[in-house]
Amino acid sequence: MNIALSTNTFANIISYFSENLGWGIWGEITAYSIIGIIYLIFFALAGLYLVLLERKIAAWIQLRIGPNRVGPWGIFQTIADALKLLSKELTGTIKADKLLYNLAPYFPIVAALISLSVFAFSKSLQAFDINIGLFFLTAVSSVGVIGILLGGWASNNKYALIGAMRSGVQIISYELSVGLSLLTMVLLTGSLQLSEIIEVQRTGGWLIVQGHIPAIIAFMIYMIAGTAETNRTPFDLVEAESELGAGYHTEYSGMKFAYFFLAEFINMFIISSIAVTVFFGGWLSPFGITDGIVWLQPLWFFIKVFIIILLMMFFRWTFPRLRIDQILTLEWKYLLPLNLMNIVLMAIIVWLGLDLSSLFN
Amino acid sequence: MEKIFFYFFALIIIVFAIASVTSKKILRAVIYLLMTLLGIAALYFMMDYNFLGAVQMAVYGGGIIILFIFAVLLVHHIEGELDEPKFPRKILIALINFVGLTITLTTIYYHKFEVIPNKDSIEVDSLGKGFLNYGEGGYILPFEVISILLLAAMIGSIIIAKGRKKI
Repeated sequence: MNIALSTNTFANIISYFSENLGWGIWGEITAYSIIGIIYLIFFALAGLYLVLLERKIAAWIQLRIGPNRVGPWGIFQTIADALKLLSKELTGTIKADKLLYNLAPYFPIVAALISLSVFAFSKSLQAFDINIGLFFLTAVSSVGVIGILLGGWASNNKYALIGAMRSGVQIISYELSVGLSLLTMVLLTGSLQLSEIIEVQRTGGWLIVQGHIPAIIAFMIYMIAGTAETNRTPFDLVEAESELGAGYHTEYSGMKFAYFFLAEFINMFIISSIAVTVFFGGWLSPFGITDGIVWLQPLWFFIKVFIIILLMMFFRWTFPRLRIDQILTLEWKYLLPLNLMNIVLMAIIVWLGLDLSSLFN
Repeated sequence: MEKIFFYFFALIIIVFAIASVTSKKILRAVIYLLMTLLGIAALYFMMDYNFLGAVQMAVYGGGIIILFIFAVLLVHHIEGELDEPKFPRKILIALINFVGLTITLTTIYYHKFEVIPNKDSIEVDSLGKGFLNYGEGGYILPFEVISILLLAAMIGSIIIAKGRKKI
Protein backbone atom coordinates (compact mmCIF):
# COMPACT_ATOMS: atom_id res chain seq x y z
CA MET A 1 0.00 0.00 0.00
CA ASN A 2 1.61 3.23 -1.04
CA ILE A 3 -0.73 6.07 -0.27
CA ALA A 4 -0.12 8.62 -2.97
CA LEU A 5 1.33 11.36 -0.84
CA SER A 6 2.97 13.75 -3.22
CA THR A 7 5.99 15.77 -2.20
CA ASN A 8 4.05 18.15 -0.04
CA THR A 9 3.58 19.52 3.42
CA PHE A 10 2.05 16.36 4.80
CA ALA A 11 4.76 14.14 3.35
CA ASN A 12 7.27 16.45 5.02
CA ILE A 13 5.54 16.04 8.37
CA ILE A 14 5.67 12.27 8.03
CA SER A 15 9.30 12.15 6.99
CA TYR A 16 10.14 14.54 9.85
CA PHE A 17 8.68 12.18 12.41
CA SER A 18 9.84 8.90 10.92
CA GLU A 19 13.34 9.90 9.76
CA ASN A 20 14.57 13.12 11.37
CA LEU A 21 13.40 12.14 14.83
CA GLY A 22 14.26 8.50 14.17
CA TRP A 23 10.99 7.15 15.51
CA GLY A 24 10.54 4.78 12.58
CA ILE A 25 7.09 3.25 12.27
CA TRP A 26 5.83 4.89 15.44
CA GLY A 27 6.87 8.24 14.05
CA GLU A 28 4.83 7.50 10.96
CA ILE A 29 1.81 6.60 13.07
CA THR A 30 2.24 9.78 15.13
CA ALA A 31 2.52 11.87 11.98
CA TYR A 32 -0.60 10.34 10.43
CA SER A 33 -2.48 10.93 13.68
CA ILE A 34 -1.35 14.57 13.77
CA ILE A 35 -2.53 15.09 10.18
CA GLY A 36 -5.83 13.44 11.07
CA ILE A 37 -6.27 15.71 14.07
CA ILE A 38 -5.51 18.78 11.96
CA TYR A 39 -8.26 17.71 9.56
CA LEU A 40 -10.68 17.00 12.40
CA ILE A 41 -10.12 20.42 13.94
CA PHE A 42 -10.57 22.04 10.56
CA PHE A 43 -13.72 19.97 10.03
CA ALA A 44 -15.26 21.03 13.34
CA LEU A 45 -14.33 24.70 12.99
CA ALA A 46 -15.55 24.93 9.39
CA GLY A 47 -18.83 23.28 10.32
CA LEU A 48 -19.42 25.55 13.32
CA TYR A 49 -18.60 28.75 11.51
CA LEU A 50 -20.69 27.83 8.49
CA VAL A 51 -23.66 27.45 10.83
CA LEU A 52 -22.94 30.90 12.25
CA LEU A 53 -22.55 32.37 8.77
CA GLU A 54 -25.85 30.86 7.72
CA ARG A 55 -27.63 32.37 10.72
CA LYS A 56 -26.06 35.77 10.15
CA ILE A 57 -26.94 35.79 6.46
CA ALA A 58 -30.48 34.67 7.19
CA ALA A 59 -30.72 37.56 9.62
CA TRP A 60 -29.35 40.10 7.16
CA ILE A 61 -31.65 38.99 4.39
CA GLN A 62 -34.64 39.16 6.73
CA LEU A 63 -33.50 42.55 8.17
CA ARG A 64 -32.69 41.15 11.59
CA ILE A 65 -29.46 41.33 13.60
CA GLY A 66 -28.93 37.62 14.16
CA PRO A 67 -26.88 36.06 16.97
CA ASN A 68 -25.19 38.92 18.84
CA ARG A 69 -24.90 37.97 22.51
CA VAL A 70 -22.00 35.51 22.79
CA GLY A 71 -18.82 37.40 21.99
CA PRO A 72 -18.55 40.32 19.57
CA TRP A 73 -21.09 39.90 16.73
CA GLY A 74 -21.95 36.55 18.28
CA ILE A 75 -18.85 34.82 16.96
CA PHE A 76 -18.82 32.33 19.85
CA GLN A 77 -22.51 31.54 19.50
CA THR A 78 -22.11 28.26 17.61
CA ILE A 79 -19.27 27.11 19.87
CA ALA A 80 -21.58 27.63 22.82
CA ASP A 81 -24.27 25.72 20.95
CA ALA A 82 -21.88 22.84 20.30
CA LEU A 83 -20.90 22.71 23.98
CA LYS A 84 -24.57 22.67 24.91
CA LEU A 85 -25.21 19.79 22.50
CA LEU A 86 -22.20 17.90 23.89
CA SER A 87 -23.50 18.11 27.43
CA LYS A 88 -27.06 17.16 26.52
CA GLU A 89 -28.61 13.87 27.41
CA LEU A 90 -28.87 11.42 24.53
CA THR A 91 -32.46 10.37 24.34
CA GLY A 92 -33.77 7.61 22.14
CA THR A 93 -37.00 5.77 21.55
CA ILE A 94 -37.60 2.40 23.19
CA LYS A 95 -38.96 0.80 20.05
CA ALA A 96 -36.12 1.91 17.82
CA ASP A 97 -33.61 -0.52 16.35
CA LYS A 98 -30.87 0.52 18.78
CA LEU A 99 -27.85 -0.63 16.79
CA LEU A 100 -28.81 1.00 13.50
CA TYR A 101 -30.18 4.05 15.28
CA ASN A 102 -26.82 4.65 16.94
CA LEU A 103 -24.80 3.74 13.85
CA ALA A 104 -26.63 5.97 11.37
CA PRO A 105 -25.11 9.40 12.22
CA TYR A 106 -21.60 8.12 11.55
CA PHE A 107 -22.20 7.37 7.87
CA PRO A 108 -22.68 10.96 6.66
CA ILE A 109 -19.95 12.36 8.86
CA VAL A 110 -17.35 9.73 7.95
CA ALA A 111 -18.16 10.09 4.26
CA ALA A 112 -17.79 13.86 4.55
CA LEU A 113 -14.44 13.51 6.34
CA ILE A 114 -13.05 11.10 3.75
CA SER A 115 -14.08 13.43 0.92
CA LEU A 116 -12.35 16.32 2.63
CA SER A 117 -8.99 14.54 2.41
CA VAL A 118 -8.85 14.69 -1.39
CA PHE A 119 -8.96 18.44 -1.90
CA ALA A 120 -5.90 20.44 -2.85
CA PHE A 121 -6.04 23.54 -0.67
CA SER A 122 -2.80 24.69 -2.23
CA LYS A 123 -0.09 23.19 -4.41
CA SER A 124 1.53 21.52 -1.41
CA LEU A 125 -1.41 21.19 0.97
CA GLN A 126 -3.16 18.02 -0.14
CA ALA A 127 -3.42 14.89 1.94
CA PHE A 128 -4.44 12.26 -0.60
CA ASP A 129 -3.70 12.96 -4.27
CA ILE A 130 -5.48 9.92 -5.70
CA ASN A 131 -5.44 9.53 -9.48
CA ILE A 132 -9.22 9.12 -9.70
CA GLY A 133 -9.97 12.12 -7.46
CA LEU A 134 -13.33 13.25 -8.83
CA PHE A 135 -14.68 9.72 -9.19
CA PHE A 136 -13.49 8.93 -5.67
CA LEU A 137 -15.42 11.94 -4.38
CA THR A 138 -18.67 10.85 -6.02
CA ALA A 139 -18.16 7.27 -4.84
CA VAL A 140 -17.60 8.31 -1.22
CA SER A 141 -20.44 10.78 -1.15
CA SER A 142 -22.83 8.09 -2.40
CA VAL A 143 -22.21 6.16 0.84
CA GLY A 144 -23.29 9.11 3.00
CA VAL A 145 -26.95 8.84 2.03
CA ILE A 146 -27.12 5.39 3.66
CA GLY A 147 -26.89 7.10 7.06
CA ILE A 148 -29.93 9.23 6.30
CA LEU A 149 -31.99 6.24 5.15
CA LEU A 150 -30.94 4.18 8.16
CA GLY A 151 -31.58 6.96 10.64
CA GLY A 152 -35.05 7.47 9.22
CA TRP A 153 -35.96 3.80 9.30
CA ALA A 154 -34.40 2.88 12.63
CA SER A 155 -36.12 5.73 14.49
CA ASN A 156 -39.45 3.90 14.07
CA ASN A 157 -41.24 7.18 13.45
CA LYS A 158 -43.44 7.89 10.47
CA TYR A 159 -42.16 11.43 9.93
CA ALA A 160 -38.57 10.24 10.04
CA LEU A 161 -39.35 7.43 7.60
CA ILE A 162 -41.07 9.72 5.10
CA GLY A 163 -38.23 12.22 5.39
CA ALA A 164 -35.65 9.50 4.78
CA MET A 165 -37.49 8.18 1.73
CA ARG A 166 -37.77 11.64 0.23
CA SER A 167 -34.12 12.29 0.93
CA GLY A 168 -33.06 9.01 -0.63
CA VAL A 169 -35.04 9.61 -3.81
CA GLN A 170 -33.76 13.15 -4.10
CA ILE A 171 -30.10 12.45 -3.44
CA ILE A 172 -29.94 9.43 -5.74
CA SER A 173 -31.62 11.37 -8.56
CA TYR A 174 -29.45 14.43 -8.28
CA GLU A 175 -26.23 12.47 -7.90
CA LEU A 176 -26.68 11.67 -11.56
CA SER A 177 -26.66 15.33 -12.53
CA VAL A 178 -23.68 16.12 -10.33
CA GLY A 179 -21.74 13.25 -11.86
CA LEU A 180 -22.64 14.11 -15.45
CA SER A 181 -21.87 17.82 -15.10
CA LEU A 182 -18.47 16.94 -13.62
CA LEU A 183 -17.96 14.48 -16.47
CA THR A 184 -18.51 17.33 -18.92
CA MET A 185 -15.58 19.13 -17.37
CA VAL A 186 -13.45 15.99 -17.27
CA LEU A 187 -13.79 15.87 -21.07
CA LEU A 188 -11.94 19.17 -21.11
CA THR A 189 -9.25 18.34 -18.54
CA GLY A 190 -8.62 14.77 -19.63
CA SER A 191 -7.86 13.74 -16.06
CA LEU A 192 -9.72 12.91 -12.86
CA GLN A 193 -6.85 13.77 -10.56
CA LEU A 194 -7.55 17.01 -8.72
CA SER A 195 -3.98 18.32 -8.84
CA GLU A 196 -3.87 17.60 -12.58
CA ILE A 197 -7.16 19.43 -13.13
CA ILE A 198 -5.71 22.52 -11.46
CA GLU A 199 -2.51 22.14 -13.48
CA VAL A 200 -4.57 22.24 -16.70
CA GLN A 201 -6.11 25.49 -15.53
CA ARG A 202 -2.76 27.05 -14.65
CA THR A 203 -1.67 27.01 -18.26
CA GLY A 204 -5.02 27.33 -20.01
CA GLY A 205 -7.13 29.57 -17.81
CA TRP A 206 -9.96 28.62 -15.50
CA LEU A 207 -12.14 25.90 -16.93
CA ILE A 208 -15.29 27.98 -16.85
CA VAL A 209 -13.61 30.41 -19.27
CA GLN A 210 -11.77 27.72 -21.17
CA GLY A 211 -14.93 25.72 -21.88
CA HIS A 212 -17.16 28.78 -22.37
CA ILE A 213 -20.81 27.86 -23.21
CA PRO A 214 -20.97 24.17 -22.17
CA ALA A 215 -18.87 24.90 -19.08
CA ILE A 216 -21.26 27.62 -17.94
CA ILE A 217 -24.24 25.31 -18.52
CA ALA A 218 -22.44 22.56 -16.61
CA PHE A 219 -21.74 24.96 -13.74
CA MET A 220 -25.40 25.98 -13.50
CA ILE A 221 -26.53 22.35 -13.50
CA TYR A 222 -23.86 21.51 -10.96
CA MET A 223 -24.98 24.26 -8.59
CA ILE A 224 -28.65 23.23 -8.82
CA ALA A 225 -27.87 19.55 -8.34
CA GLY A 226 -25.30 20.27 -5.62
CA THR A 227 -27.81 22.31 -3.66
CA ALA A 228 -30.26 19.44 -3.97
CA GLU A 229 -27.67 16.93 -2.84
CA THR A 230 -26.97 18.81 0.37
CA ASN A 231 -30.74 18.97 1.07
CA ARG A 232 -30.71 22.75 1.14
CA THR A 233 -33.68 24.96 0.81
CA PRO A 234 -35.23 24.99 -2.56
CA PHE A 235 -34.94 21.21 -2.19
CA ASP A 236 -35.33 20.77 1.57
CA LEU A 237 -38.62 18.93 1.64
CA VAL A 238 -36.61 16.20 3.36
CA GLU A 239 -36.98 18.18 6.58
CA ALA A 240 -39.97 20.29 5.73
CA GLU A 241 -40.86 21.51 9.21
CA SER A 242 -44.51 22.12 8.51
CA GLU A 243 -45.20 18.54 7.40
CA LEU A 244 -42.50 16.32 8.84
CA GLY A 245 -41.20 17.75 12.10
CA ALA A 246 -37.48 17.59 11.49
CA GLY A 247 -37.50 14.85 8.86
CA TYR A 248 -35.09 11.95 9.21
CA HIS A 249 -33.46 13.25 12.42
CA THR A 250 -36.69 13.85 14.33
CA GLU A 251 -35.78 11.31 17.00
CA TYR A 252 -32.14 12.30 17.40
CA SER A 253 -30.87 14.52 20.18
CA GLY A 254 -27.62 15.90 21.51
CA MET A 255 -24.39 15.00 19.75
CA LYS A 256 -26.00 12.49 17.37
CA PHE A 257 -28.20 15.23 16.00
CA ALA A 258 -25.13 17.45 15.80
CA TYR A 259 -23.37 14.85 13.63
CA PHE A 260 -26.14 14.98 11.04
CA PHE A 261 -26.20 18.73 11.25
CA LEU A 262 -22.43 19.18 10.93
CA ALA A 263 -22.23 16.69 8.06
CA GLU A 264 -24.82 18.72 6.19
CA PHE A 265 -22.74 21.88 6.47
CA ILE A 266 -19.49 20.13 5.65
CA ASN A 267 -21.20 18.69 2.59
CA MET A 268 -21.98 22.22 1.52
CA PHE A 269 -18.28 23.03 1.91
CA ILE A 270 -17.39 19.93 -0.13
CA ILE A 271 -19.81 20.80 -2.94
CA SER A 272 -18.35 24.31 -3.08
CA SER A 273 -14.80 23.00 -3.01
CA ILE A 274 -15.49 20.70 -5.95
CA ALA A 275 -17.03 23.62 -7.83
CA VAL A 276 -13.98 25.78 -7.10
CA THR A 277 -11.53 23.06 -8.10
CA VAL A 278 -13.31 22.07 -11.30
CA PHE A 279 -14.63 25.40 -12.55
CA PHE A 280 -12.68 28.21 -10.89
CA GLY A 281 -9.08 27.08 -10.82
CA GLY A 282 -8.73 25.84 -7.24
CA TRP A 283 -5.91 27.67 -5.48
CA LEU A 284 -4.91 29.65 -8.58
CA SER A 285 -5.13 33.42 -8.28
CA PRO A 286 -7.24 35.32 -10.84
CA PHE A 287 -5.08 36.32 -13.85
CA GLY A 288 -2.07 34.93 -12.00
CA ILE A 289 -1.60 38.14 -9.99
CA THR A 290 -0.02 36.44 -6.98
CA ASP A 291 1.51 33.42 -8.66
CA GLY A 292 4.84 33.69 -6.87
CA ILE A 293 3.49 33.91 -3.32
CA VAL A 294 2.94 30.39 -2.04
CA TRP A 295 1.15 31.15 1.21
CA LEU A 296 -1.60 33.05 -0.62
CA GLN A 297 -2.72 29.88 -2.44
CA PRO A 298 -4.93 28.49 0.37
CA LEU A 299 -6.31 31.99 0.88
CA TRP A 300 -7.47 32.20 -2.73
CA PHE A 301 -8.99 28.74 -2.44
CA PHE A 302 -10.96 29.69 0.66
CA ILE A 303 -12.07 33.05 -0.78
CA LYS A 304 -13.52 31.27 -3.81
CA VAL A 305 -15.16 28.60 -1.65
CA PHE A 306 -16.60 31.37 0.52
CA ILE A 307 -18.15 33.08 -2.49
CA ILE A 308 -19.78 29.84 -3.71
CA ILE A 309 -21.07 29.11 -0.20
CA LEU A 310 -22.55 32.62 -0.05
CA LEU A 311 -24.30 31.89 -3.34
CA MET A 312 -25.80 28.69 -1.89
CA MET A 313 -26.92 30.55 1.22
CA PHE A 314 -28.59 33.24 -0.89
CA PHE A 315 -30.47 30.43 -2.68
CA ARG A 316 -31.69 29.20 0.66
CA TRP A 317 -33.21 32.49 1.76
CA THR A 318 -34.55 33.47 -1.65
CA PHE A 319 -36.43 30.57 -3.18
CA PRO A 320 -39.54 28.79 -1.89
CA ARG A 321 -39.54 25.06 -1.30
CA LEU A 322 -40.33 22.69 -4.19
CA ARG A 323 -42.78 19.79 -4.03
CA ILE A 324 -41.49 16.24 -4.50
CA ASP A 325 -43.03 15.87 -7.96
CA GLN A 326 -41.55 19.20 -9.02
CA ILE A 327 -38.13 18.11 -7.79
CA LEU A 328 -38.25 14.84 -9.71
CA THR A 329 -39.59 16.53 -12.85
CA LEU A 330 -36.81 19.10 -12.71
CA GLU A 331 -34.17 16.39 -12.48
CA TRP A 332 -35.42 13.75 -14.88
CA LYS A 333 -37.18 15.86 -17.51
CA TYR A 334 -35.00 18.97 -17.64
CA LEU A 335 -31.57 18.64 -16.05
CA LEU A 336 -30.72 15.15 -17.23
CA PRO A 337 -31.50 15.60 -20.97
CA LEU A 338 -29.86 19.03 -20.89
CA ASN A 339 -26.82 17.47 -19.28
CA LEU A 340 -26.53 14.72 -21.88
CA MET A 341 -26.80 17.25 -24.71
CA ASN A 342 -24.24 19.38 -22.93
CA ILE A 343 -21.77 16.49 -22.82
CA VAL A 344 -22.13 16.02 -26.57
CA LEU A 345 -21.61 19.76 -27.12
CA MET A 346 -18.50 19.70 -24.95
CA ALA A 347 -17.18 16.64 -26.79
CA ILE A 348 -17.62 18.47 -30.12
CA ILE A 349 -15.84 21.54 -28.77
CA VAL A 350 -12.93 19.48 -27.47
CA TRP A 351 -12.80 17.49 -30.70
CA LEU A 352 -12.68 20.57 -32.94
CA GLY A 353 -10.36 22.41 -30.55
CA LEU A 354 -12.78 25.29 -30.04
CA ASP A 355 -11.95 25.82 -26.38
CA LEU A 356 -10.44 29.11 -25.29
CA SER A 357 -7.23 27.76 -23.75
CA SER A 358 -5.21 29.43 -26.52
CA LEU A 359 -6.27 32.84 -25.18
CA PHE A 360 -4.02 32.43 -22.18
CA ASN A 361 -0.69 31.41 -23.64
CA MET B 1 2.07 -2.34 8.83
CA GLU B 2 0.53 -3.62 5.62
CA LYS B 3 0.02 -7.05 7.17
CA ILE B 4 -1.82 -5.55 10.14
CA PHE B 5 -4.10 -3.61 7.82
CA PHE B 6 -4.72 -6.68 5.66
CA TYR B 7 -5.69 -8.87 8.59
CA PHE B 8 -7.81 -6.08 10.01
CA PHE B 9 -9.81 -5.75 6.78
CA ALA B 10 -9.96 -9.53 6.31
CA LEU B 11 -11.37 -9.86 9.82
CA ILE B 12 -13.98 -7.19 9.06
CA ILE B 13 -15.00 -8.97 5.86
CA ILE B 14 -15.34 -12.39 7.49
CA VAL B 15 -17.06 -11.26 10.69
CA PHE B 16 -19.61 -9.12 8.89
CA ALA B 17 -20.24 -11.76 6.23
CA ILE B 18 -21.12 -14.27 8.95
CA ALA B 19 -23.19 -11.66 10.79
CA SER B 20 -25.00 -10.83 7.58
CA VAL B 21 -26.23 -14.37 6.97
CA THR B 22 -27.08 -15.11 10.59
CA SER B 23 -28.86 -11.86 11.46
CA LYS B 24 -32.63 -12.16 11.81
CA LYS B 25 -33.32 -8.49 11.27
CA ILE B 26 -33.25 -7.82 7.60
CA LEU B 27 -31.98 -4.26 7.55
CA ARG B 28 -29.16 -5.18 9.91
CA ALA B 29 -28.21 -7.96 7.51
CA VAL B 30 -28.07 -5.39 4.71
CA ILE B 31 -25.79 -3.12 6.73
CA TYR B 32 -23.48 -6.02 7.59
CA LEU B 33 -23.33 -6.79 3.88
CA LEU B 34 -22.41 -3.17 3.25
CA MET B 35 -19.54 -3.47 5.72
CA THR B 36 -18.29 -6.60 3.93
CA LEU B 37 -18.39 -4.83 0.57
CA LEU B 38 -16.62 -1.77 1.94
CA GLY B 39 -13.97 -4.06 3.44
CA ILE B 40 -13.38 -5.53 -0.01
CA ALA B 41 -13.13 -2.00 -1.41
CA ALA B 42 -10.52 -1.25 1.24
CA LEU B 43 -8.50 -4.28 0.08
CA TYR B 44 -8.62 -2.97 -3.49
CA PHE B 45 -7.35 0.40 -2.29
CA MET B 46 -4.54 -1.40 -0.45
CA MET B 47 -3.54 -3.10 -3.70
CA ASP B 48 -3.54 0.32 -5.42
CA TYR B 49 -6.44 -0.65 -7.64
CA ASN B 50 -7.99 2.71 -6.87
CA PHE B 51 -10.44 2.67 -9.75
CA LEU B 52 -11.74 -0.78 -8.88
CA GLY B 53 -12.05 0.22 -5.22
CA ALA B 54 -14.01 3.34 -6.07
CA VAL B 55 -16.25 1.36 -8.44
CA GLN B 56 -16.87 -1.15 -5.67
CA MET B 57 -17.88 1.70 -3.35
CA ALA B 58 -20.04 3.53 -5.89
CA VAL B 59 -21.79 0.50 -7.38
CA TYR B 60 -22.20 -1.73 -4.33
CA GLY B 61 -22.15 0.82 -1.50
CA GLY B 62 -23.98 3.58 -3.29
CA GLY B 63 -26.14 1.60 -5.70
CA ILE B 64 -27.03 -1.94 -4.72
CA ILE B 65 -27.13 -1.45 -0.96
CA ILE B 66 -29.32 1.64 -1.30
CA LEU B 67 -31.64 -0.36 -3.54
CA PHE B 68 -31.83 -3.08 -0.86
CA ILE B 69 -32.49 -0.48 1.83
CA PHE B 70 -35.27 1.04 -0.26
CA ALA B 71 -36.88 -2.34 -0.73
CA VAL B 72 -36.69 -3.03 3.01
CA LEU B 73 -38.00 0.45 3.85
CA LEU B 74 -41.02 -0.07 1.63
CA VAL B 75 -42.07 -3.55 2.67
CA HIS B 76 -40.66 -4.40 6.08
CA HIS B 77 -41.73 -3.19 9.49
CA ILE B 78 -39.12 -2.46 12.14
CA GLU B 79 -40.35 -5.11 14.56
CA GLY B 80 -40.59 -7.87 12.00
CA GLU B 81 -38.05 -10.68 12.29
CA LEU B 82 -37.22 -13.33 9.76
CA ASP B 83 -38.27 -16.92 10.48
CA GLU B 84 -35.70 -19.60 10.97
CA PRO B 85 -35.51 -21.73 7.80
CA LYS B 86 -36.57 -25.39 7.97
CA PHE B 87 -34.01 -28.10 8.56
CA PRO B 88 -33.94 -29.71 5.05
CA ARG B 89 -33.46 -26.29 3.53
CA LYS B 90 -30.53 -25.63 5.86
CA ILE B 91 -28.91 -28.90 4.76
CA LEU B 92 -29.41 -28.03 1.10
CA ILE B 93 -27.90 -24.56 1.51
CA ALA B 94 -24.97 -26.00 3.45
CA LEU B 95 -24.31 -28.54 0.67
CA ILE B 96 -24.47 -25.95 -2.10
CA ASN B 97 -22.16 -23.64 -0.20
CA PHE B 98 -19.75 -26.46 0.53
CA VAL B 99 -19.51 -27.34 -3.17
CA GLY B 100 -18.99 -23.70 -4.12
CA LEU B 101 -16.34 -23.21 -1.46
CA THR B 102 -14.49 -26.36 -2.52
CA ILE B 103 -14.38 -25.32 -6.15
CA THR B 104 -13.15 -21.81 -5.28
CA LEU B 105 -10.54 -22.99 -2.79
CA THR B 106 -9.12 -25.68 -5.07
CA THR B 107 -8.87 -23.21 -7.94
CA ILE B 108 -7.09 -20.68 -5.77
CA TYR B 109 -4.83 -23.33 -4.28
CA TYR B 110 -3.71 -24.91 -7.55
CA HIS B 111 -3.49 -21.75 -9.60
CA LYS B 112 0.00 -20.37 -9.93
CA PHE B 113 -0.22 -16.68 -9.16
CA GLU B 114 2.43 -14.42 -10.60
CA VAL B 115 3.79 -12.01 -8.06
CA ILE B 116 4.02 -8.52 -9.50
CA PRO B 117 6.19 -6.41 -7.24
CA ASN B 118 4.76 -2.98 -6.50
CA LYS B 119 3.08 -2.27 -9.80
CA ASP B 120 2.01 1.28 -10.51
CA SER B 121 -1.66 1.96 -10.05
CA ILE B 122 -3.70 1.75 -13.24
CA GLU B 123 -4.61 5.06 -14.83
CA VAL B 124 -8.19 5.63 -15.91
CA ASP B 125 -7.29 6.64 -19.45
CA SER B 126 -5.50 3.33 -20.06
CA LEU B 127 -8.68 1.57 -18.91
CA GLY B 128 -10.74 3.64 -21.33
CA LYS B 129 -8.36 2.95 -24.19
CA GLY B 130 -8.54 -0.75 -23.39
CA PHE B 131 -12.32 -0.70 -23.52
CA LEU B 132 -12.46 1.02 -26.90
CA ASN B 133 -9.56 -0.84 -28.47
CA TYR B 134 -10.62 -3.14 -31.33
CA GLY B 135 -7.12 -4.40 -32.02
CA GLU B 136 -5.12 -7.03 -30.13
CA GLY B 137 -6.15 -7.34 -26.47
CA GLY B 138 -9.00 -4.85 -26.79
CA TYR B 139 -12.36 -5.16 -25.10
CA ILE B 140 -14.66 -3.40 -27.56
CA LEU B 141 -16.95 -6.42 -28.14
CA PRO B 142 -17.73 -7.24 -24.47
CA PHE B 143 -18.05 -3.52 -23.80
CA GLU B 144 -20.67 -3.10 -26.51
CA VAL B 145 -22.48 -6.29 -25.52
CA ILE B 146 -22.74 -5.05 -21.94
CA SER B 147 -24.02 -1.67 -23.09
CA ILE B 148 -26.75 -3.38 -25.15
CA LEU B 149 -27.63 -5.55 -22.15
CA LEU B 150 -27.92 -2.45 -19.96
CA LEU B 151 -30.08 -0.71 -22.54
CA ALA B 152 -32.38 -3.74 -22.69
CA ALA B 153 -32.59 -3.79 -18.89
CA MET B 154 -33.49 -0.09 -18.83
CA ILE B 155 -36.23 -0.49 -21.45
CA GLY B 156 -37.53 -3.55 -19.60
CA SER B 157 -37.72 -1.70 -16.30
CA ILE B 158 -39.58 1.18 -17.94
CA ILE B 159 -42.11 -1.23 -19.44
CA ILE B 160 -42.60 -3.01 -16.10
CA ALA B 161 -42.98 0.30 -14.27
CA LYS B 162 -45.57 1.60 -16.74
CA GLY B 163 -47.76 -1.48 -16.43
CA ARG B 164 -50.16 -2.84 -19.03
CA LYS B 165 -51.86 0.35 -19.96
CA LYS B 166 -53.78 0.47 -23.20
CA ILE B 167 -52.19 2.97 -25.50
